[in-house]
Amino acid sequence: MTTRTEYVKGTPVALDGDRAVAEAMRQVNPDVVAAYPITPQTEIVQRFSEFVANGEVDTEFIAVESEHAAMSACIGASAAGGRAQTATAGAGLALMWEVTWVAAGTRLPIVMHVVNRSLSAPLNILCDHSDSMGVRDAGWIQLYAETIQEAYDDAIQAVRIAEHPDVMLPTMHTLDGFVLGHSLERIEVLPDEVVRGFIGTYNPRYSLLDVDHPVTFGPNDYHDYFFEHRRQQIEGMERALDVIPQIGEEFGALTGRRYGLVEGYQLDDADFAIVALGSINGTVKVVVDELRRQDRKVGLLKVRSFRPFPADKVAQALGGKRAIAVLDRSFSFGAQAHPLFLEVLTALYTHGFTPGMANYVFGLGGRDTLPWQIRQVYDDLAELEGVVSAPVRYLTVRE
Amino acid sequence: MALSLKQLSTKGELLAPGHRACAGCAETIIVRQVLHAIDYPVVVAVPTGCLEVVTTPYPYTSWYVPWIHSAFENSASTIAGAETMYRSLVKQGKIEDRGTKFVVFAGDGATYDIGLQFLSGAVERGHRFLYVCLNNEAYMNTGIQRSSATPMGAWTTTSPVGEVIVGKKENRKDMTAIMVAHNIPYAAQAAPHAWRDLMTKVQKAVEVDGPSFIDVLSPCQRGWRYETEETIGLSKLAADTCIWPLYEVVDGVWKLNYRPKKKPITEWFKSQGRFSHLLRPENKHLVEEIQGVVDKEWERLLRRCEVSGAA
Repeated sequence: MTTRTEYVKGTPVALDGDRAVAEAMRQVNPDVVAAYPITPQTEIVQRFSEFVANGEVDTEFIAVESEHAAMSACIGASAAGGRAQTATAGAGLALMWEVTWVAAGTRLPIVMHVVNRSLSAPLNILCDHSDSMGVRDAGWIQLYAETIQEAYDDAIQAVRIAEHPDVMLPTMHTLDGFVLGHSLERIEVLPDEVVRGFIGTYNPRYSLLDVDHPVTFGPNDYHDYFFEHRRQQIEGMERALDVIPQIGEEFGALTGRRYGLVEGYQLDDADFAIVALGSINGTVKVVVDELRRQDRKVGLLKVRSFRPFPADKVAQALGGKRAIAVLDRSFSFGAQAHPLFLEVLTALYTHGFTPGMANYVFGLGGRDTLPWQIRQVYDDLAELEGVVSAPVRYLTVRE
Repeated sequence: MALSLKQLSTKGELLAPGHRACAGCAETIIVRQVLHAIDYPVVVAVPTGCLEVVTTPYPYTSWYVPWIHSAFENSASTIAGAETMYRSLVKQGKIEDRGTKFVVFAGDGATYDIGLQFLSGAVERGHRFLYVCLNNEAYMNTGIQRSSATPMGAWTTTSPVGEVIVGKKENRKDMTAIMVAHNIPYAAQAAPHAWRDLMTKVQKAVEVDGPSFIDVLSPCQRGWRYETEETIGLSKLAADTCIWPLYEVVDGVWKLNYRPKKKPITEWFKSQGRFSHLLRPENKHLVEEIQGVVDKEWERLLRRCEVSGAA
């Protein structure tokens, strides 16, 4: 039995989410970082530039002229056999869209730190998940953080996940813009040598710089092979379902903070559950505690890994619940329901469960979502047993 | 290395035969000239386009050098990433410094149009790489559409010869001057018929401590509408009509490398189907207008060289 005292002692510090991510980047010490400033990610690139300017990292920093160039430079850098990272948000991620597919299809273990921001128009710099949902099909692993501590921890684990030989896929981890990106939290920062020991060294199978063994990266691939290459890529993503929790356990054994694909909160005996991504989970936990004190059997399932989507874990955690509300902080115009809901519904149906379900869209463009509104969701759920609710409900919007 | 044909003939090929380029394609000739000129290990990036398509139909590759293709617009950023990784790993002692050179071969669409921002950014940041534009003056890979390198008057499938509009109305961009305006340490124009000139330029370019750019005219028999055996002859005719002057700009000093006995532009128009409409009597005014533009640009180049004192 591992005891708390055996864990590595971190240094408690007050950091905002952007600085916490920059700190993780400093400790990871990537060989190349190529990034472009965009609110609410800017502080990451600024802070990291200071580390470079002060010689605190070995990293070569490329202050590119756009996010598309940032990802393009990461592709060249990663193919050249070292660790490459970038950070972005909102429109920046949208501008990269084309080359996020190239990074994944070329099987390059790039790590990207995403500080979630809505997409224009209308122009809005605040949080929702439209940006990362916009690249959900591009072939990147996606981890969502509830807290700044998780964002820091994800930034470290992402390196191992991406580079795992069974996976070899680019990995993005996200933190909600402003809510986490610009808020202060007490977090524990690991000692540098612990982070470096945890991530180890990267030994690529192929490198563009290995001039004695020339390799052609990114050839033209037609109907006779393209499909098989996609299939291999899909398998890499599926294998990440094993690798993400393995690395999360290893990280937990070191730090006491264990990570899996999903996290249940007061879920085992709950009749009614909420499912969500990102920082809203913190608010939901507060409400769950409050309702539990009133003896209401409510719980929460936080989804950490959206890509790959852990359908078995989700079904296992939610099977048998009487009614479930899925909160989506993004929107697919014209869809029957929104990204997280559709995944959860599919997972449950394919595992033989048909609980009452409702899809709530919340928090678009940075709209605050407060505990009383989450309470309202749980109140709704009590009436939803046996019903799959349509249409989608909107939390906090003025009709 | 001194450039003698005898010696060059003993160098191994870095671009394998058997690729799928059209007969008479200048691009593969130019690539072989460039790679033969560089006496260092080379890493190559190529954007989406003819060269990429004809040299890497999976599971085949024509490249004996490390090679990467990412997308259409971003070869400059891609090579900048690879070059930066090289510097980083060498600095950290993770790999040996073997003087590796980083080279992009990109078409005019990828260079003048969709990739201009990426190229400008990479040059401004001073990455050490040679960017070779294989300039065939249109989007040939997608089937001969006009680019901003397409010359005035030329027929393409998006600047067709119609009843009202006769070919491309606009003049082409001066890409090399744009690169010079970045204070790039080495920029040049070259053409494959002048192989020694081209290869000497490549050798100078890869020695500079920073970015270098060579715009190479790359005759395209499909897009220009001429017989396959005329590629090299047309390359020379372009230089002789001052359509494609051969010059270099070293640290801002302009130098003309070839001063032709200037032939009239009608010689150029007669040589290719893409200009055949200009030979019709009703389009005489266009020929005069274009000759005027070519003369003006040639004079401007001569003045730049004179001001630099290197004419």
